[in-house]
Amino acid sequence: MSSRLAKQGRLIDRSKPVTFSFNGNSMQGYEGDTLASALLANDQMMVGRSFKYHRPRGVVASGAEEPNALVGLGQGNRFEPNQRATTTELFNGLTAISQNHWPSLEFDIGSVNTALARFLPAGFYYKMFIHPKPFWKHIYEPFIRQSAGLGKAPDKDSRDADTYEHFYSFADVLVIGGGIAGLQSAKAAALSGAKVMLIEQTAHWGGRTLVDGGTVGGKPVDKFVEQLVSELETMDNVTMRTRCMGAGVYDHGYVLGYERLSDHRPGTQGPRHRLWRIRAKQVVTATGAIERPLSFAGNDVPGVMLASAMRDYVVNWGVTPGQRVVIATNNDDAYRTAIALKQVGVNVIRVVDTRATAGPMAEEVRQLGVRVDPGKAIAKVKGGKRVKNVQLCNQDGIGGAREEIECDAVAMSGGWSPVVHLWSHCGGKLIWDDANAYFRPDPKRPPLGANGDGFVVAAGSSNGHLSLGEVIADAHAAGKAAAKAAGFKPKNTRAPSGEAAEEAPMEAIWLMPANAEVQLRMKSWLDFQNDVKVSDVQLAAREGYESVEHTKRYTTLGMATDQGKLSNINGLAILADSLDSDIPKVGTTTFRPPYTPISLGAIGGEARGEVFQPIRRTPMHDWHDANGADWEPVGQWRRPYAYVRPGESVHDAVNREVKNTRDNLGILDASTLGKLIVKGPDAGKFLDMLYTNMMSTLKVGKCRYGLMCSENGFLIDDGVVARIDEDTWLCHTTTGGAERIHAHMEEWLQTEWWDWKVYVANVTEQYAQVAVVGPNARKVLEKLGGMDVSKDALPFMEWRDGKIGDFDCRAYRISFSGELSYEIAVPASQGQAFWDALFAAGQKFGVMPYGTECLHILRAEKGFIMIGDETDGTVIPQDLGLHWALSKKKEDYLGKRAHSRSHMTDPDRWKLVGLETVDGSVIPDGAYAVGEGVNANGQRNMIGRVTSTYFSANLGKGIAMGLVKNGPDRMGEIIEFPGTDDKIYKVKIVDPVFFDKDGEKQNV
Amino acid sequence: MSEPISALNHASYDGIAKVEESGLQGMITVRGNLSDKVLAKAVKDATGQKVPGQREAFVEGDTGVCWMSPDELLVLVPYAELNAKLAAMTDALSGVHALAVNVSDARAVFRVSGNSAREVLAKLAPVDLSPEAFQPGQIRRSRLAQVAAAFWMDDTDTFRVVCFRSAAEYVFELLKVAAQPGSEVGVY
Amino acid sequence: MLVLTCPYCGVEAEETELSAGGEAHLKRYGPGSSDDEFHDYLFMRENPKGVHFERWRHSNGCGKWFHAARCTQTLEVFGTYSAQTTEPPKEVKNAISAKRPGWSWRGHS
Repeated sequence: MSSRLAKQGRLIDRSKPVTFSFNGNSMQGYEGDTLASALLANDQMMVGRSFKYHRPRGVVASGAEEPNALVGLGQGNRFEPNQRATTTELFNGLTAISQNHWPSLEFDIGSVNTALARFLPAGFYYKMFIHPKPFWKHIYEPFIRQSAGLGKAPDKDSRDADTYEHFYSFADVLVIGGGIAGLQSAKAAALSGAKVMLIEQTAHWGGRTLVDGGTVGGKPVDKFVEQLVSELETMDNVTMRTRCMGAGVYDHGYVLGYERLSDHRPGTQGPRHRLWRIRAKQVVTATGAIERPLSFAGNDVPGVMLASAMRDYVVNWGVTPGQRVVIATNNDDAYRTAIALKQVGVNVIRVVDTRATAGPMAEEVRQLGVRVDPGKAIAKVKGGKRVKNVQLCNQDGIGGAREEIECDAVAMSGGWSPVVHLWSHCGGKLIWDDANAYFRPDPKRPPLGANGDGFVVAAGSSNGHLSLGEVIADAHAAGKAAAKAAGFKPKNTRAPSGEAAEEAPMEAIWLMPANAEVQLRMKSWLDFQNDVKVSDVQLAAREGYESVEHTKRYTTLGMATDQGKLSNINGLAILADSLDSDIPKVGTTTFRPPYTPISLGAIGGEARGEVFQPIRRTPMHDWHDANGADWEPVGQWRRPYAYVRPGESVHDAVNREVKNTRDNLGILDASTLGKLIVKGPDAGKFLDMLYTNMMSTLKVGKCRYGLMCSENGFLIDDGVVARIDEDTWLCHTTTGGAERIHAHMEEWLQTEWWDWKVYVANVTEQYAQVAVVGPNARKVLEKLGGMDVSKDALPFMEWRDGKIGDFDCRAYRISFSGELSYEIAVPASQGQAFWDALFAAGQKFGVMPYGTECLHILRAEKGFIMIGDETDGTVIPQDLGLHWALSKKKEDYLGKRAHSRSHMTDPDRWKLVGLETVDGSVIPDGAYAVGEGVNANGQRNMIGRVTSTYFSANLGKGIAMGLVKNGPDRMGEIIEFPGTDDKIYKVKIVDPVFFDKDGEKQNV
Repeated sequence: MSEPISALNHASYDGIAKVEESGLQGMITVRGNLSDKVLAKAVKDATGQKVPGQREAFVEGDTGVCWMSPDELLVLVPYAELNAKLAAMTDALSGVHALAVNVSDARAVFRVSGNSAREVLAKLAPVDLSPEAFQPGQIRRSRLAQVAAAFWMDDTDTFRVVCFRSAAEYVFELLKVAAQPGSEVGVY
Repeated sequence: MLVLTCPYCGVEAEETELSAGGEAHLKRYGPGSSDDEFHDYLFMRENPKGVHFERWRHSNGCGKWFHAARCTQTLEVFGTYSAQTTEPPKEVKNAISAKRPGWSWRGHS
């Protein structure tokens, strides 16, 4: 059984007990515990079940690499699945639940899968769930959905109770990893004067050196680290953060740091996570190394643990995972675990060492009274929910002639793999080191920065150095190298000398025993989280998978949330062996950020709720909101679709607004229309190039409707242009077009015609603009008083500056509705006041505000096009019958050349017409017209489509516009539009102007 | 003429920094040749300041001038004096190729002040806001989260932030989130 | 995420302040050009693995367009320069030659 020891535990505070619950059971731990150490202290060996076979699983590691101990953490609005117990700091009131079981952890129905494991090998799902086809929907998919997925999603009604934020930070040298290598690198870099940032994923500085011991500069490592940390803390040019993981390294020195601010004290004020968006000139990865498991049968039984993790639990948290421990190793490092266990009085029954002759550390362990068996291996670990015994055999064999010994925990060590993830994220390459059987960073092929030089330096054990002396020396050199590469002059200092016990070379062991028979291989786990075994990888190789990337996807090796931190090297060694190839040739899969999963909240940062995205508001926004606005998003703007009165449907409101505007008086908030000032001696020439029609000849005081095309000839925008003075024009754009067209103008001015004397300014938001529309439009303006708005003083398509009421304004006599209409622009700061004044003065004239849908219907009744409805990026002015707006006098304008391309002049292009159903109903939006014959797929040929369709309350019937092949030549013809409602709409082709064809209403 | 109202009418928030909408500020966008003497004199007459160099901002209270691009300045004048100053400027510039236009109502201005003001801005803008990199006298045009903005420092712990009027509420809410209590980063 | 120095405001801008604007140094063909010329102007673009010239705009910044010479393979930036030129300046070409001897791009080298 696992239990708390009477002594040891450098990270826990035994005077501060902490209460938490696991699967509803109340348990005790201490401040400083992780959830994993606290569970082990409570003899909770089994902490979850595996993903595929639902096998009992226990804690196997002590840090970020943990594959098994994933729990659902917290409750309600703070529930989060798949949290690693090993990196979860314990706090009072923590609640955790185990995963992947039903109905309970102890008794689980899904574990029947393990009995069926022979029939569920790699690729089972791909092979099985194919035929017969109808089974997919009703049998296979529900089955897979039931059994798929780690953990469970938070309740659908819960909302994350916490906030998150980003922080932009800049450093000369960023050191990732606060172990002894990171600390030493940071110091070496900082001494040069460089601005250094040092981040560490755990809550503590010093890394695992503090567990493994040794001396630096004659001092015990803990004293050395303590001093180093306090030195760094006093340096002004050093920023240090614990609980901040280097999540990813990206192009040009961009690094994401994931800081967990309140995971260990939920509910405290401030954000829960902070995503550091760091730009560093140089990055030092001092990310350490991860111990590899050994592949033997039953290596996943709770109680089997990495040797280094076992001594972490003893030294850091005063917890022993067992009372009778067997250690299996292929290297000397695992002997440290034997020593650590013996020191606290735990019975170490046996060390089996695959090497024929054990190294110097074996002797030390023998002195402590532990039997060491060289050349031996574990054939099999027995036990269900916890280790009961192990069967030992010769490493060099198939696993016969076993010796069985009782024990309750097994420590395994297959050697160490440098954590090369962050080195690799942005393209750093690796080399295979045969002696140590690992990939390490190739210093000749680092990730390249903006200047073409490497910007990442690996340090310490992440660079392949596993002894304390080498780690310190390498880290010091890395820190200096990084500072130098960042443009600083490193101090001429030498690394202190580090000393630790001498170690003999390790032996690469990928399977235990070396020729294990199939029954053993089928129980030898590689990937604990995704339940991938040695036999699965071998099967993939037999079935022809040669690429490691394909094998990964076929077997799911390394595809779980731990991304194969423990399994990858073992897995690809097995693959290489099966393919009769060697490991460097097989290569690794791609390391991708983040290093461990980070919260979606941190990625989103502040962008949630109110500020999920910018919403642009006009000066009258609040009035609209208070007066029934049914909002419509138009780009980032919100515009009222209609103003809905109590008891009305939105449709009722639209019909009321449509009739009232035609009969009385409507006012529209048109502030969102773009307004661009174009000024200069060459402004006329410039606008002649931008618009299809002639703008240079427009007279001061007058307005002209203009079209803009892209160089491709397609319509991109339209609007009314007003000439303000001799060298100034004001160009209206569509709503949402202001920024785009402003950028379009600047692009041509800056990159093509940079010698033209033109300046552009975007003054869209300087003005609140109100369309005053309807037969009573002039009356309400006259009632407000001020400038003369009579037909003679302000004729159609002209503008005047002046006053209306108390308001300084510019009045445009333009109409998008066919009614008598003015658009009045006042300073935005007075927009609401002007709106109020209009509304008050308009009461006796039947004023009503109207929204965008009414605007659309009014323009459609008049056959006016709308950019984005009648155009979709493939429509040219000729398609819309706008030939009159294409200047024939101009030699050139954007789009002119394109309009003469053969496809653009094709007589078969679909052209704009009006459409009316035979029965007066409304054609469904987006419907397509079908004609004679069928296409290659046997579908009826399409001959047109609806671009705008509405119910016109004024005409009492549905009206529409559409693009139809040869449309203008087919007036009166009836064509068919099949709807998605299985109806066929019979539609007559008509003139697109439905209302007031002679334009008498606007010209009064 | 009725009383003009700024985008958020002096809304304010107190967190790790104080966030205030500054109210009405007269602003003129000037485009032209920044080395032109006529333009320099017009700017001097309006603000008492010389033409700023690249990314410089010379602002005292509600008067000053900011460098926006190699051919653009943002001239700040008291809101009440806007019309007179703009008219004088337009008049002075009539002989050269230049554009001066009133953008006072097209913008919203915020003041972010307090010890953590740098950190509040650094949560939203991809800009090095350490004291070594950014100081009063400089202006930076960038983005705050998802919208364009410009900011300068009035003193060592006060920023002035300018954004589009339509985005004022978004920017205010952003600044509130960034300034929420307990969110000090502790680096500046 | 790239960093490019805007030659107009001197800011080392990260990509979120910038907008990409496609290939640099296109020659405009208008009315009077042949179908082939116009087609190539509109649609034909270089797609090199290596040295490339692009247009960028400092859209969340000073708003100016500029040119960048960079390597599409390593993302190395050789230089940024004014948009008001029809070909890469000599110092940028020299900077590329120093790093990528023998390079050529659409007739430039």
